[in-house]
Amino acid sequence: MTTLGTTRATLLKDLRLEWRSKDALNSMLFFALLVVVVFSFAFNPTAEESRHIAGGLVWVALLFAAIFALNQTWARELRNQVLDAYRVSPAPPNALFLAKAIGNLLFVLILEVLMTPLFVVFYGLRSVGPAWQLIVVALLGTWALVVNGTFFAALSIRTRSREIMLPLILFPISIPALLGMVDATTSILTGDASPDFWIKMLAVYDVVFTAVCLLLFETVLNAE
Amino acid sequence: MTGTHDLSSPPVIVLENLVKFFGRFAAIRGISASFAPARLYVVLGDNGAGKSTLLRIVTGLMEPSQGTVTLLGAGKAREVAHRVGYMAHAPLLYDELSGMENLRYFAGLYGQRGDSICEKAMTMVGLDPQLSRRVGQYSQGMRQRLSLARAVLHDPELILLDEPFSNVDAHSTREMAAVLGQVRDQGKTVFVVTHQAALMEGIADEFVHMAAGQIVARAATTSKVNARVETTP
Repeated sequence: MTTLGTTRATLLKDLRLEWRSKDALNSMLFFALLVVVVFSFAFNPTAEESRHIAGGLVWVALLFAAIFALNQTWARELRNQVLDAYRVSPAPPNALFLAKAIGNLLFVLILEVLMTPLFVVFYGLRSVGPAWQLIVVALLGTWALVVNGTFFAALSIRTRSREIMLPLILFPISIPALLGMVDATTSILTGDASPDFWIKMLAVYDVVFTAVCLLLFETVLNAE
Repeated sequence: MTGTHDLSSPPVIVLENLVKFFGRFAAIRGISASFAPARLYVVLGDNGAGKSTLLRIVTGLMEPSQGTVTLLGAGKAREVAHRVGYMAHAPLLYDELSGMENLRYFAGLYGQRGDSICEKAMTMVGLDPQLSRRVGQYSQGMRQRLSLARAVLHDPELILLDEPFSNVDAHSTREMAAVLGQVRDQGKTVFVVTHQAALMEGIADEFVHMAAGQIVARAATTSKVNARVETTP
């Protein structure tokens, strides 16, 4: 079977599993909702202050929330040891990685779509710069999070405390991407500077880490 | 026994000086053996004898510490993955999907499309393809049957089954054993790791006894293999 065909079949299977269990989406939504509400009570910022802190707040909240989806990605493959059925099949290993990464991208994008109106309402946000660029930043930034997250979640599945291991490995390596996401978002919201540099940096980060993850995934999948 | 073993055919599995360490513990200790095609082998042995480890090495799920495995003429299991079926001790099925949904997905991994092969596999193991219940709601016996269906779905030449009868009632066990005999009669090679040796008497072509990570006896009947185990120092 081709990489594209296996990716599609695995992605559809994962979406069906998530639709039926809602393990990842529910956890992410509740966590992100809590962060929005708690921070809005804690800071009560003005509209101008909001524009300066929203970038950091939004992305940190999404990064933490995404951990729930990333941990679920492989947890469901470990139940009943289903991952072994994939490993003994002739299906390409990278198809599994791509399906998981795209699945996580969709889950986190759904979360972003649901949480954006809440952020706008709770923090009185209004973008001074071109708001459409936020979509580009969201797509590039989210892919940066999920591509590394999916890879490192696979790396930590055989460790005893994998829920703790994932953020420990993922957060340091995501710092350049997080910096790009926060600065690009803040630049767009405040209109103080052009976000072009940060958007380009995110694009390069995505290309480099996607390539590295694809190159190394088969080794990680078959590691004992 | 109705195996039609052609002596001129190359062996399906050749193990050469196979060793597997877990830390300092040797789970497999220098196994060298070959297995002919179109036969049904029953692998016996106490818990910890190395049966499951051996199967995992043969399927490529585990790398040996030393030695080589030649599977269907290939040096790497991945090269012949489409010709091998594997049923593990765990069901290797998604609890949230129905039986047919599981089989459709796994058939896809082997490049097989269409519901007909999935329905055929389910019917072969005595399950109703129309059953819409999710696998999580199946009984243990039904899970084992579905797991067997998953392993034979793509019509493999070599089928490796790790304790397929565990937690299965006596009636279902006899049915599953009969299915394995039929599969062998179609020219497939079947390996069954089980503790229920008596059940396979009359169906199996050869019993292979493992102890302490080694193959200590091979014989056509359980009584012969047991006699050889007793005389082994």
